[in-house]
Amino acid sequence: MESKTTHEKFDKIIEVKSVTKMFDGVTVVDDISLSIKRGEFVTLLGPSGCGKTTLLRMIAGFEAPTKGQIFLEKQDVTAVPPHKRPINTVFQKYALFPHLNVFNNVAFGLKMKEIPNGVKKNRRGEDVPVFRHYTKAEIKEKVERALALVNLADYGHRDVNSLSGGQQQRVAIARALVLEPKVLLLDEPLGALDLKMRKDMQVELTAMHRNLGITFVYVTHDQEEALTMSDNIAVIKDGVIQQYGSPKKIYDEPANAFVADFIGESNILSGTMNEDFKVTFCGETFACLDKGFGKNAPVDLVVRPEDIDVYPLHKNKGTLEGEVLTSVFKGTYYEMNIVANDYEFTVQNTDEFTPGSRVRLGIDPDGIHIMKKLRTVNEYAGEVSGETTVDFLGGTFEFVNSEQLEKGTPVRVLVPFGAVELTDDEEDGVIGGSVAQSLYKGSYYQVQVYTDDDNDIYTDTSDEWDNDDRVGIRIAPEKIVVEKREETADETV
Amino acid sequence: MNSKLKKALARSFVYLMLAVTYVPILVLVVYSFTDAKVMGMWNGFTFDLYAKVFTDTEILEAVRNSLILAVVASTIATFFGTVSAVGIFYMRSWQRKYMDFLTKITMINAEIVTGIAFLLLFVLVRFIPTGWPSLVLAHVFITMPYVIMSVLPRLGQLNPNLYEAGLDLGAGPMKTLWKVMLPQLLPAMISGFALAFTLSLDDFVVTKFVNGSVPTISTYLYNKLTKKGVQPVLRALSSLIFFVVLAILVVINILSRRRAKAAGNVK
Repeated sequence: MESKTTHEKFDKIIEVKSVTKMFDGVTVVDDISLSIKRGEFVTLLGPSGCGKTTLLRMIAGFEAPTKGQIFLEKQDVTAVPPHKRPINTVFQKYALFPHLNVFNNVAFGLKMKEIPNGVKKNRRGEDVPVFRHYTKAEIKEKVERALALVNLADYGHRDVNSLSGGQQQRVAIARALVLEPKVLLLDEPLGALDLKMRKDMQVELTAMHRNLGITFVYVTHDQEEALTMSDNIAVIKDGVIQQYGSPKKIYDEPANAFVADFIGESNILSGTMNEDFKVTFCGETFACLDKGFGKNAPVDLVVRPEDIDVYPLHKNKGTLEGEVLTSVFKGTYYEMNIVANDYEFTVQNTDEFTPGSRVRLGIDPDGIHIMKKLRTVNEYAGEVSGETTVDFLGGTFEFVNSEQLEKGTPVRVLVPFGAVELTDDEEDGVIGGSVAQSLYKGSYYQVQVYTDDDNDIYTDTSDEWDNDDRVGIRIAPEKIVVEKREETADETV
Repeated sequence: MNSKLKKALARSFVYLMLAVTYVPILVLVVYSFTDAKVMGMWNGFTFDLYAKVFTDTEILEAVRNSLILAVVASTIATFFGTVSAVGIFYMRSWQRKYMDFLTKITMINAEIVTGIAFLLLFVLVRFIPTGWPSLVLAHVFITMPYVIMSVLPRLGQLNPNLYEAGLDLGAGPMKTLWKVMLPQLLPAMISGFALAFTLSLDDFVVTKFVNGSVPTISTYLYNKLTKKGVQPVLRALSSLIFFVVLAILVVINILSRRRAKAAGNVK
């Protein structure tokens, strides 16, 4: 047991300070700062390739940050190799040692460990610490306790290759926990298990975390897993933490459209904040609980499906009138798609309204959550490359050169979301890119496309695009805004 | 043409090919059991030629040299080859491609070119005396790619986090290599060693250029053949070499089959 004072003294067990990681010039983790409290269960959540695993590997010590520092109990461990960190990892594919049986897999770390064993005087009469290894009996006792903890008490003699996936994962957990680490890192540990097994392990892991008091840092792309297990969640995208907070906070008050879309079912819409506590979307004005966005500010807003009330037309309640398109029974509620003022809402309700029927929709002020718009226009640094062409995003685009900018002029290029056209055939575009995500905004999709020069561009389109699809990008010349840019050190790219 | 005839033709072709490959060796082996001076004469069955092999001091010296050379060179090649394979495996993909190509060049390269290259090298670099040092160096060089070739695929089958798991559990890099990686690589290293051993044992071209005054089996055979023609005792010696190499190849095959089976179980 640790005393209360150490708890307070080292309240933050891990501190990640402005850490950046680049691989071959590509930024995977972008200036992330994160503090993890002792004893917390923190989940790093995000789509694949968002940098969450890289961040975890830097905490473990397998990767060195390109920039920034990592502290463990106030000690800078950025340069400490993994085998000297009091941190253990449960790997996604278990990484058990195939040549050792279950017992020896779990005992491996104990056999490596050197524990303080008093002091002795050296020749100069100074005290030097003495270390020893665990005795066989100590190892046996610890291993058996760890195996019992993961419900594998009688499996010590078994060959690890003969175990099922779930059992192998338990061995991996026992192998890490037996060393009593200060922090346990788990890299999508349940990813390879089937659904039933995964649910059971979620419960067991949460119980273990509660009973052991060890700090857990958990990486997953499964939002449900994150919501059910964590004390706090860091939602990561493009190597940046989009939001850090409790599951409830992240669900109820997503910081932006990405978080809202990634966590749970949601209706994400564009609207205008007329003034504090008043927002217009779908052609109607609603009361809300948010303020501080300024007058007539464009915003994103999220309405959870369960926060929309549905009334029969004759009741004359609610603000919007709509038509039910589809209705699916989901066990305890009906999930319906209802179109109102050209926006298609996903609605969950215990009463069913048959497709084709007209209904009224109401949203309470606390059901509307306003978010700052991520970006309202694409902005790049570029250079005029000809009479009517400008170079940016690694391509040469036509534009209307009304200011007679000379060739070679450094410029700021603004591209409205609506000006971007995606083409099925990559060859048809000026440049190519791959689709990163499609966000449904009620009546249109907001699509983010990664360009080949490691940049991205947003576009509003009526079509949905599949993630990772290769597309061509064209931009309407008359809609590109090109402004002369003063050469500064920190250019907007 | 009917299918029966087709089948018979196909089968006889296979037998013909096998015959072309193995009849010369078979003839050699058969006539190693008779001491007639001229091939084709049968003087009655005898082990005399084999007895001669084991009493001829010149032959014994060559055999001893070859065995020492093969053991030393393949041991060194196995060590460095394994280390190189690990290094190559953890390179970034484009670097890996180049390294793969570079190691294969030495395998594909005409041996005579390699031999001459080594000869020139040892003439140029005087401090490596021709004889044992040059022989060992050259043999390590020509056999190492085969060790790399044998170990690399095994690394690909391993769990990608295995090495990191060792580090994570408190073993330093060297200890992890020894306690975690080596046991996984050992079967591949043994077959790599065996391959290197046979290659070293029967290499002639490179050996001839760099052996200085150290006779090996192949150079001894060649010298005897050019000076005195085919002596009966060489038949027994050649047969022995054939069987030793055959035995090693059989062992390699059994090992790799067992490994394939083990890999199948893991899945």
